[in-house]
Amino acid sequence: MNWIVNNLDLIWELTIQHVRLSIPPIVLGFIFSIPIGWFAYRFKLTRGLILTVAGLLYTIPSLAMFVILPAVLGISLLSELNVTIALTVYAVAILARSVADALASVDPAVRESATAVGFSSFRRFWRVELPLAGPVILAGLRVAAVSTVALVTVGILIGVQSLGYLFTNGQQRGIVAEILAGVVMTMVVALVIDAVLVVLGRILLPWARMPSSPVREAPPFPPVALFAHPISPGQGQGQP
Amino acid sequence: MNLFLDALAWIFSPDRLSGSNAILMRLAEHLYFTIISVAIAAAIAIPVGYLIGHTGRGRELAVGISGAARALPSFGLILLLVTIMGVLQVQAAAIIAFVILGIPSILAGAYAGLEAVDRRTIDAARGIGMTEWQILWKVEIPLGLPLLIGGLRNATLQVVATVTLAAYVALGGLGFGIIQGLALRRFDQMLGSAILIAVLALVLDGLFALIQRAVVPHGVTAAQGSGSLLPRRRALT
Repeated sequence: MNWIVNNLDLIWELTIQHVRLSIPPIVLGFIFSIPIGWFAYRFKLTRGLILTVAGLLYTIPSLAMFVILPAVLGISLLSELNVTIALTVYAVAILARSVADALASVDPAVRESATAVGFSSFRRFWRVELPLAGPVILAGLRVAAVSTVALVTVGILIGVQSLGYLFTNGQQRGIVAEILAGVVMTMVVALVIDAVLVVLGRILLPWARMPSSPVREAPPFPPVALFAHPISPGQGQGQP
Repeated sequence: MNLFLDALAWIFSPDRLSGSNAILMRLAEHLYFTIISVAIAAAIAIPVGYLIGHTGRGRELAVGISGAARALPSFGLILLLVTIMGVLQVQAAAIIAFVILGIPSILAGAYAGLEAVDRRTIDAARGIGMTEWQILWKVEIPLGLPLLIGGLRNATLQVVATVTLAAYVALGGLGFGIIQGLALRRFDQMLGSAILIAVLALVLDGLFALIQRAVVPHGVTAAQGSGSLLPRRRALT
């Protein structure tokens, strides 16, 4: 425990660095997954293709992904950019399915009513379908966020500093408290980001809390999908 | 694309038949740790998951534990256990870490499989005079099998990925090629190993997809759509 007290500055600095690395993949993953998920929802042909590719990408272990991506994209292996892109790919792989499922969960009667009162399909998507799909997308986003935070630590193997530094450094020096501090702080970062998403959801999606009849209720996110491997290509999960 | 040619040349080089980067040996190590860990995790998680799914009790606890486990950084957990248990117990420490990481998915698959069974089907089974034990074995478990296999599938992929990271603590496996390649700055070796790891994960995933399809009972083809995979909340008995 002495180690922790003597190294609070280091832990804090690495925590900030960890948060800095975690946020871009979550935000980018969210932004990219909206159009991709829409394509998967809208057209039968693209649905199978997109969800299969997403499932396969999510299956690739993170360390292998960190090595294969630079070879495909021609970027540097030992760079933050590599970690950001790899984790964005994972986030999109999780979220594309969530967005497709979420859009499919919107009551067809609501969609038809929106068309009947004169919404163009573009405005209907932004004003009606996406907001109503919000709660299910948020569930997927929380899964993606937590797994991103955990995966950032693997970046230390290719020299990208994060709380993962405490794992390798602590292991080399045989300091249990150092590794434990890394594990606990990674989980704290994950829980804080998760809490922020929940609060944002409460503010931006107030209708998610309104009581609705069980029939209309958005299908619950499959519990299996809530864990490490949110994508089940057999149904249609995967990996770090 | 030269990088990929180099990687393929590395994979198919005769040097890969023996020595520290013998592919078959590394693959065997990788599979050994994966199978043993998933088997232990299943032996623990399936009975507990079925108990939760059948009785409907302890669901919140299981969801909570599984949710927290998702935030657990797998690489940190391995190094933590290896450091605590000492260098002489690397294998045992790593297997404990893999088991811990495999349990949540299997637990979720087991209880979600039972929860997904239509309440009316269970009432019908009870109505024709089945005992609780018969309902569990003849109705709930067969109907929940696809979701259980889905849980095993997720756990296996999680463990395959984590065994890759465990090469850092000299556990071997296909991750060895990447960890050693990083130190030696040999990109062909790293990429070759990464491709092998990705292929291993994809093949295992495909195998589980086939099993998942094969275990759907004949009577439920009608329910094969996405609806059957979404668990319906069961009234608590």
